[in-house]
Amino acid sequence: MSILVNKDTKIIVQGLTGKTGTFHTEQALQYYGTKMVGGVHPKKGGSTWSSGVDASAELPIFASVGEAKEATGADASVIYVPPAGAGAAIIEAIDAEVPFIVCITEGIPVADMIKVKAKLEKSKSRLLGPNCPGILTPEECKIGIMPGSIFKKGSVGVVSRSGTLTYEAVFQTSNAGLGQTTAVGIGGDPVKGTEFIDILEMFLADDETKSIIMIGEIGGSAEEEAAQFLMDEAKKGRKKPMAGFIAGRTAPPGRTMGHAGAVISGGKGGAEDKIAAMEEAGIKVSPSPAKLGETLLEVLKG
Amino acid sequence: MNIHEYQAKAVLKEFGAPVAEGIAIYSADEAEAAAKKLPGPLWVVKSQIHAGGRGKGKFKELGPDAKGGVRLAFSLEEVTAHAKDMLGNTLVTAQTGDAGKVVNRLYIEDGADIERELYLSILVDRTCGQVAFVVSTEGGMDIEAVAEETPEKIHNLPISPDTGVTDADAGKLCDWLELTGAAREDGMKLFPILYTAFVEKDMALLEVNPLIVMKDGHLRVLDAKVSFDGNALFRHDDIFALRDESEEDAKEIEASKYDLAYVALDGDIGCMVNGAGLAMATMDIIKLYGSEPANFLDVGGGATKEKVTAAFKIITSDPNVKGILVNIFGGIMRCDVIAEGVLAAVTEVGLQVPLVVRLEGTNVELGKKIISESGMNVIAADDLDDAAQKIVKAVKGGA
Repeated sequence: MSILVNKDTKIIVQGLTGKTGTFHTEQALQYYGTKMVGGVHPKKGGSTWSSGVDASAELPIFASVGEAKEATGADASVIYVPPAGAGAAIIEAIDAEVPFIVCITEGIPVADMIKVKAKLEKSKSRLLGPNCPGILTPEECKIGIMPGSIFKKGSVGVVSRSGTLTYEAVFQTSNAGLGQTTAVGIGGDPVKGTEFIDILEMFLADDETKSIIMIGEIGGSAEEEAAQFLMDEAKKGRKKPMAGFIAGRTAPPGRTMGHAGAVISGGKGGAEDKIAAMEEAGIKVSPSPAKLGETLLEVLKG
Repeated sequence: MNIHEYQAKAVLKEFGAPVAEGIAIYSADEAEAAAKKLPGPLWVVKSQIHAGGRGKGKFKELGPDAKGGVRLAFSLEEVTAHAKDMLGNTLVTAQTGDAGKVVNRLYIEDGADIERELYLSILVDRTCGQVAFVVSTEGGMDIEAVAEETPEKIHNLPISPDTGVTDADAGKLCDWLELTGAAREDGMKLFPILYTAFVEKDMALLEVNPLIVMKDGHLRVLDAKVSFDGNALFRHDDIFALRDESEEDAKEIEASKYDLAYVALDGDIGCMVNGAGLAMATMDIIKLYGSEPANFLDVGGGATKEKVTAAFKIITSDPNVKGILVNIFGGIMRCDVIAEGVLAAVTEVGLQVPLVVRLEGTNVELGKKIISESGMNVIAADDLDDAAQKIVKAVKGGA
C-alpha cells in the first residue's frame, strides 16, 4: 500500500500552460503513466495542451477547476500557479471540493495562506504544501516536482519539511536497498495544509510502511508536536522504527534561512530542542544529512 | 523587510493609532528646527537603526560612560548636542553584533509622561495558522526575559480571519493589560486598528514595546518595530519604498536583485545549494567536518543560468571565502542549468579557490558532462558526505 496517492489517482493541473507546469506534467506522464487528466486555465478553456516530448500526450484544458473535476472525475489537483494568484487557486480547488490539493508554488504571502487555512478547516479537502515538492508513490504516481529516477518501490515512509532533503532521504534509502512506500514533502512555509502529525498517522496505519524517515528544520514547533504525537501513539502500541534529521543546527538566530518558516525567534525553534524531542520519542536522529539511509539501517538492525 | 521606527509610526498613524509627534532628521543642523516644531518641553532623541536595544546600546566612538542610543532632552540646546553626539557614530546593541551600526538618521519626538509601560505584539501564530496578539503588563523590557522568568504574565490571543478583532477579543486584551477608564476606551479602539494595519500591510511582525498609559490616562504607541512579509511586497509599493539599503549587507542586497535567498555568515566555505533545507543541511555538514560556512545560499527552484552565475559571483566576492561547495539535488532545478551557470561565472570572474561540485537528480548526466568537458579545475563529488569532506580538506590543506 501507499498513502494518499496510488496508480488510480486522477490529477488535474492548475497552471499547466506555464513553463513549470508543462515541464513537470511531462515528467509525471513519463513516470509510470501517472494519470494526469486535464489542466485549468480561466482564459484557455476548450483548448488542448500537448506535451513537447511526446506528441501523442495531450490534455484537455478547462476554464475552471469545477468544470475540470466534473469532466474528468479528478480526485487530486496540483498547483503551479505563480505566488500572487496561488492562494486564490487553492481556494478555487477547495470550493470545487477536490479531495486532495497539492500546491508546489513557493513565495505565497502568509496572509493569503491564513485565508486558505480558515477555508480549508471548514472543507473536506486536504491540502499538501504550499512551497513543497509534492508527493510520490514509487512506480505508481508522481504529483509535483520530485525526480522520479531516484525512487525505488519499498518499505520506508518519508516525510519532510524540505524538498531537496526529501530527495536525499529517498536517494539514500534507495541506495540502502530499502525503497519507499510514499515520500511526502509537507513544505517550508509557516502556515500550511498538512503537518507532520497527519502524515505520521497515515504511515503508522499503512501496513506496507515498515519504517519512517522524518526530516525537520529550524523554526516553529511542528517537530516537537510530532514527537509528542509519536510518544502518545507508542503508549497505545503503535510504533515503527524511525530515523530523522533536523536542518539548521548552525543557523544564527533571527535570520530567516530561505524558507519563510525557518527562523529561530524568541529563543524558540532551535535545532537542539527539536533533536532532543525526537530522540525522546525514539527517533534516531542522524547528525549528518548524508547518513539518513545508514542511520535507518542501524535502527532496523536493532 | 524591516523599516525604521519613525516609518513604522507613520504607517500606524495612517490607520489612526495614537503616536507622538515627531520628525526624522539626517544632520545635526536640522535638530533645532525639528524640535521647535514639536510642543516640548521634553524631547526624545532616538537613533534609527534596524536593531533593538538602542536605549541600552553604547556608541563605539564615545566610550563606556556616554549615554545610549535613545536620549531625553530638556532644552533645544540639548537636542542639538545629542544629535551631534549620535549622528555618524556607531551604536552597538545586544542585537547589532560587535560591529554595531552607524546611526545615519535620528527621530526627534515629543516626550511623554509615562504612568505604566505595557507590551503588545502581533504576529502569525503558525500552530493555529492565524494572526495572534501577544500582550503583557511587563512592558519596556526584554520580552524574551519576561517569557523565560514569568511566562504566566504573557498572554496570547489568536484572531479569527473571518471576524477580525471582535469586541470580546479587545475586551480580553484590555483585561490582560489591566486597562481601565480612558485607557480602556483607547484600547477598545486601538487593538482593531493595529490588527487592520497588520493585515492590510502584510506585516510579519508588529511590536509595540512599550505601549504606554500616560499620566493623563490615555494610551500611546511609544515604540514600534515592524517587519513585512517579503513575499507580499509586490502589492505594497509604498512599503517597499521605505527600504533602507544602508542597513543591509551589500551581498544580500545584490542577491535580492536576483531573487536569491542569501545570508552572509562568518566562515570560509562558500555554499551554493538548491532548496532551503538542503542549504541549511550543507552548512551543518561543513561544520560537522570541522569548518564553518561563509553563507547560506538557496538558488531556489526555477533558477536560470543568469541567476546561478550571479549567485556564484556573490559568493566569490566575499574575501573570506577560501573554497566553494556547490551542492545540487535537482528536482525542479535542472543540473545542466546549474552546470552552465557555474561555467559562465568561472569564465567571467575566474576561479581562485578550490571548487567542489556535487550534482544529483534531474538531468544529472548532462550536468556532469558539461562540467567535465569544460576543462574547469573542479573537484567532483559523488554524494553530500564526499563533497563536504573534499571541500573541507581542500580548504584546510591549502592553509
